[in-house]
Amino acid sequence: MKSTTSMATAQTEEKRTTPPIVCKVKQPRFHIAKRMDISFSQLTLIHALALLAALACGGLLIFALGHNPLEVYCEMVRGSFGSATARSETVKMAVPLLITGIGIAMAFRMKFWNIGGEGQILIGGIAATAVLAYMPGLPYLAKMLLMALAAILAGGIYGAVPAWFKTRWGTNETLFTLMLNYIALQLVRYLMYQPRWQDPGTKFPKIFSFGAENVLPKVLGVHVGWIFALILAVLASLYLSRTKQGYEISVVGDSSNTARYAGMNVRFVVIRTIFLSGALCGLAGFFTVAGADATLTESTAGGTGFTAITVAWLAKLNPLVMILIALFVALLQKGSISIQSSFLIPASAADLLIGLILFFMLGAEFFCSYRVMRSSRSSQSSGMKAPSADRSSGASSVKPAEKEA
Amino acid sequence: MNSQSRTDQASLDPRKPAENCSSVKMEAAEAAAVTAPEASAASSGAVSSEAETASAKPAIAVEMNSISKNFGDVHALDHVSIQLFEGEILSLLGENGSGKTTLMNVLFGIYFPDEGWISVKGQPVCIRNPRDAKDLGIGMVQQHVKLVDVLTVAENIVLGMPGKALLDRRAIAAEIKKTAERYGFKIDPDRKVYELSISEKQMVAIVKVLYHGADVLILDEPTAVLTPQEIQRLFAVLKKMKADGKSIIIITHKLHEVLEVSDRVTVLRKGQLIGTIPTSEASPYSLTEMMVGHKVNLEIERPLPHEVRDCLVVKNLTCLRDDGSTALNNVSFTARAGEILGVAGISGSGQKELCEAITGLFPAKEGSVRFLCEEGHDGEGLELLGLSPEVIMKKGISLAFVPEDRLGMGLVPSLSMVDNILLKKYHQQKGVLVNRKKPAEIAQNLIDQLEIVTPGVETPIRRLSGGNVQKVLVGREIECNPRLLIVAYPVRGLDINSSYTIYNLLNQQKAKGVAVIFIGEDLDVLMEISDRLLVLSNACVSGIVDPRTKTKEEIGLLMVQGGDESVKKGGQTA
Amino acid sequence: MTFDFIKLFIAAVFAGTPLLLGTLGEILTEKSGNLNLGVEGMMYMGAVSGLAGAYYTEIWFNGAGLPAVFAALIFSFLAGCLGALIYAFLTISMRADQNVTGLTLTIFGTGFAKFFGELMGQKAGGYVKVAAKTARSFGKLKLGGLSKIPVAGELFFHYNFMVYLALILALALAFFLNRTRKGLNLQAVGEDPSTADSAGIPVARYRYIATVLGGGICGLGGMYMSMVNQKGIWVPECVSGYGWLAVALVIFSTWNPLRALYCGLIFGGFTILRMYVPVPGLATQLYDMLPYVATILVLIATSIRQSKEHRQPAGCGHNYFREDR
Repeated sequence: MKSTTSMATAQTEEKRTTPPIVCKVKQPRFHIAKRMDISFSQLTLIHALALLAALACGGLLIFALGHNPLEVYCEMVRGSFGSATARSETVKMAVPLLITGIGIAMAFRMKFWNIGGEGQILIGGIAATAVLAYMPGLPYLAKMLLMALAAILAGGIYGAVPAWFKTRWGTNETLFTLMLNYIALQLVRYLMYQPRWQDPGTKFPKIFSFGAENVLPKVLGVHVGWIFALILAVLASLYLSRTKQGYEISVVGDSSNTARYAGMNVRFVVIRTIFLSGALCGLAGFFTVAGADATLTESTAGGTGFTAITVAWLAKLNPLVMILIALFVALLQKGSISIQSSFLIPASAADLLIGLILFFMLGAEFFCSYRVMRSSRSSQSSGMKAPSADRSSGASSVKPAEKEA
Repeated sequence: MNSQSRTDQASLDPRKPAENCSSVKMEAAEAAAVTAPEASAASSGAVSSEAETASAKPAIAVEMNSISKNFGDVHALDHVSIQLFEGEILSLLGENGSGKTTLMNVLFGIYFPDEGWISVKGQPVCIRNPRDAKDLGIGMVQQHVKLVDVLTVAENIVLGMPGKALLDRRAIAAEIKKTAERYGFKIDPDRKVYELSISEKQMVAIVKVLYHGADVLILDEPTAVLTPQEIQRLFAVLKKMKADGKSIIIITHKLHEVLEVSDRVTVLRKGQLIGTIPTSEASPYSLTEMMVGHKVNLEIERPLPHEVRDCLVVKNLTCLRDDGSTALNNVSFTARAGEILGVAGISGSGQKELCEAITGLFPAKEGSVRFLCEEGHDGEGLELLGLSPEVIMKKGISLAFVPEDRLGMGLVPSLSMVDNILLKKYHQQKGVLVNRKKPAEIAQNLIDQLEIVTPGVETPIRRLSGGNVQKVLVGREIECNPRLLIVAYPVRGLDINSSYTIYNLLNQQKAKGVAVIFIGEDLDVLMEISDRLLVLSNACVSGIVDPRTKTKEEIGLLMVQGGDESVKKGGQTA
Repeated sequence: MTFDFIKLFIAAVFAGTPLLLGTLGEILTEKSGNLNLGVEGMMYMGAVSGLAGAYYTEIWFNGAGLPAVFAALIFSFLAGCLGALIYAFLTISMRADQNVTGLTLTIFGTGFAKFFGELMGQKAGGYVKVAAKTARSFGKLKLGGLSKIPVAGELFFHYNFMVYLALILALALAFFLNRTRKGLNLQAVGEDPSTADSAGIPVARYRYIATVLGGGICGLGGMYMSMVNQKGIWVPECVSGYGWLAVALVIFSTWNPLRALYCGLIFGGFTILRMYVPVPGLATQLYDMLPYVATILVLIATSIRQSKEHRQPAGCGHNYFREDR
């Protein structure tokens, strides 16, 4: 933009007495203002539009591959909820997502970016498997309880270590927890070769199968973990809103200085919460090895730790909402597997779609907290307009015009 | 010449008349030169006639016409028009929240106005961002000086300047020195900004604006962080720039500064233009009336303390910051119940650390802080140093602290008022669950008693305006019936009415026998409300004086004399 | 022993180059005040797009060799840019949380690569592999006499062109940040956007350009993984954490492109050390933890000694909205 000072003077000198009509510089067409509050229906509308836009975007891709997007989406729903087996598979996928999502939400509420869900799930799985490997003779119930406990402890400690360093020296927790993912993965690979762990039935590096006597019972066709997951969601919701510890999480998460001021032991609160976060992820690992897979593999976590981040975020860190979101994401994942067989569309379409949806949701947040206002033409050019008329026209909010790269 | 004589007149403290008839409460004189309605009518109505008469006057540098800006439902600016002539200093006067800064932010391109137009040197312009403003020769020194800490002075000054793609650091440093010397600044272009003091940073910011070739300078509350001596130096520079043909707008809410430095003064109130008058026709009382809209008793009450007892004895307190620098050096004083102890000093002299060391938030290296309980007064009291806030709270030591950073330290911005009151209560509750019933009642009481404006007790605190936030915080702290109340900058950002509410609350506490420690920045207020005044300078106590007998200049001198033993002794005997 | 060292050094340079590229891209991004945790995702996008560019240039335009190499370069760069553009749009224009947006970009980018990689494989009827001639173009260069100098020739003049490209990029980035006016402006944007804005620097434009170009450089790093490390064959797990290592390397290199050179070399060394310095009794699976364990240790060490100047740009992680202050 060039400075306007070099403009001709004579003409404008005359005009100056009356409000100038034309602005010499190009005016911004829109400007942005903060929203003070937003109604629930507006909020819902914005999010629904974002979801639709994301699905439309995915639909475009499907169309480009030569398929009918509607058919493909229908097949996804059919493939995940169309039959009893499909339904139980979907729920089975949703269980670790929900539990891990709750765990991650705890950490995220404190702005502690725990992206070590993968590692914590794996460590939980390892600990549970270790109980079986070293104490095979225990009675069933004791074995299951001990496995769960071991998984919870292992996951919790695996989460608490980076929290300890974070609170002591401010060590970057994002990278710390992430590196622990790879370390846990290597540990699983290592264990595949170890005696007591390796499957005696094969020469391949593979961990033994638990066998029917060592897995969780099924309720309505899915291992019992789903009941625990639902209970956990309710408990977590109560924990966060009703207990002193939950209150401490909200305070520390918003302002650790205020928490210190109020006599909270911030370090302890953080470590305790991240322990819980890791413990929940560990528990998810337990349910996967002892419920869904009946063994421990490299893909026990299989991206759940990352997908759970999107689950937690889409649910705005609310455990009860997470039940729905976890089911929805599981639908996408299960549905992608079925479109792989019927349309030859790679199953990783699920990750792509989840990413797209989250992108659009992140974009939608903008329209929840800001309004885009069309700059009234009169602005800065004719100031003498009646204020009331101007205000009403200027404040007309522009509909969320979602556009994505 | 003319301005010089005016300065001499105005340097008489505006409170002087008040002292002459100290027992009589001064009411603001009614004879304001221009009364409010007339002024606004003149400015909004007859633009053309004013423009015609302008030909006789010096040329208009900047004209802002009928500017409006809304934040949600708040009309921050409501059809405000101002004019700035070339080679003049215009004061923009108004209370906190009156829209002064918003108006200047519009001129500097930070806010885009909802309505209105701006012209510069007679040209209608459109200022979309600070870059546009800069191109039009408008420069602004913001209240919190905008410099990049890790860069050098020279790098900061050339930031955003057009020029050759490659940086020639030596040539740039030489040029900067030249510009600085022209206005009597001394700066070292190669120092890092984080090494500079606040007043040095401000100097750099001013040099930067000049170096960028600004003809119109906006200074937003430049004196807030300066000592009286530094303020005089700044005003000298401003006059030099004015003589150089620059136009200057200075935002302030301090009356005597307006009278001392400016040619004309424009007063805003609640986003509306009240009027513009030549400074020669203004008096502190007429200006106050324009600012506040009604007659105001400018004097703060100071009831005589009674039944004074020692409450907090601080001895040889020394604290170090994380980076090893001394935050507090051998600080000793006593706070007494039934008395307000003021703490003055340039900002960053150790005020924050002093509060936080007493409340267990900042580690002390050595010394002692003894809290003398009412019962079991064995002369020794309870040692607070080394106790965490948690322990202090559990021991039932009733001290309350209103920190400087209200939303960053005292309150949780995204939580409701109830949850913020719970902050002080939840420790005492039994069981694992929290009980929000009692805090909800307290919240409702506070809303009623302190006239807090909020949609409801469940509204997040960050939605409240600054004054209401402060009322919640002070209200919560007083509600715990403390023996010792520490308040840091309690009226910062508040309008006059809210400020007086806070002063009254503090005086009530004092009357109840609470020991109050008041950390302030406005020396005038501190001198009026304190029973004793402790002056911090460069981490040391440079004096504890009786504000009734000392002058502002004497205290200003103490503020810059760090830790001089003789001064300290002299002060303590006072 | 010297012989071993030379081999190790050379291998470390090869292994460290993609790390270096990722690190450089992220340094440029973070200098503008955007903390983009999506490096892994952008590298994945670059990996698959580079390979696709080369592969389809061969098939459709019969362009094995140099044309395919250029296509790989251009498409990987553009794919990285695309990922970064999404990130930039969401964080700069839509003011979304930088951490979450970056993580989402990683998920999206990984899904993107696996999806299109698999799709290409389906179409190719099995797996995707570029022609030998193209793969050779990514092989070691022969720099005439220079390569023949004993030891030094082997140590410094015996790499593929990507190594030298990364080296030049590092030097150029260092020069840009320290010596040019735009570089200074960019640093100000990253450190304190509101100050930069007041000084008339277009903050959003600087952030967009730095972030998008940074993403492009990360994309090149990803292309290195698929075209050099995997020799032009699509392997779904080809990036496997290198993006995250690159994010960590930004911290170790204290946001200094020149230091990134040797940090990349050291960590490149860690990833291949197992092959050159065997430790008896240590299982390979545990030895493979080395780069990750080393990262954690260095993270802890750097966090213990904090310094005022060698730290993350202060504006990093915070979005800037002029009217918000």
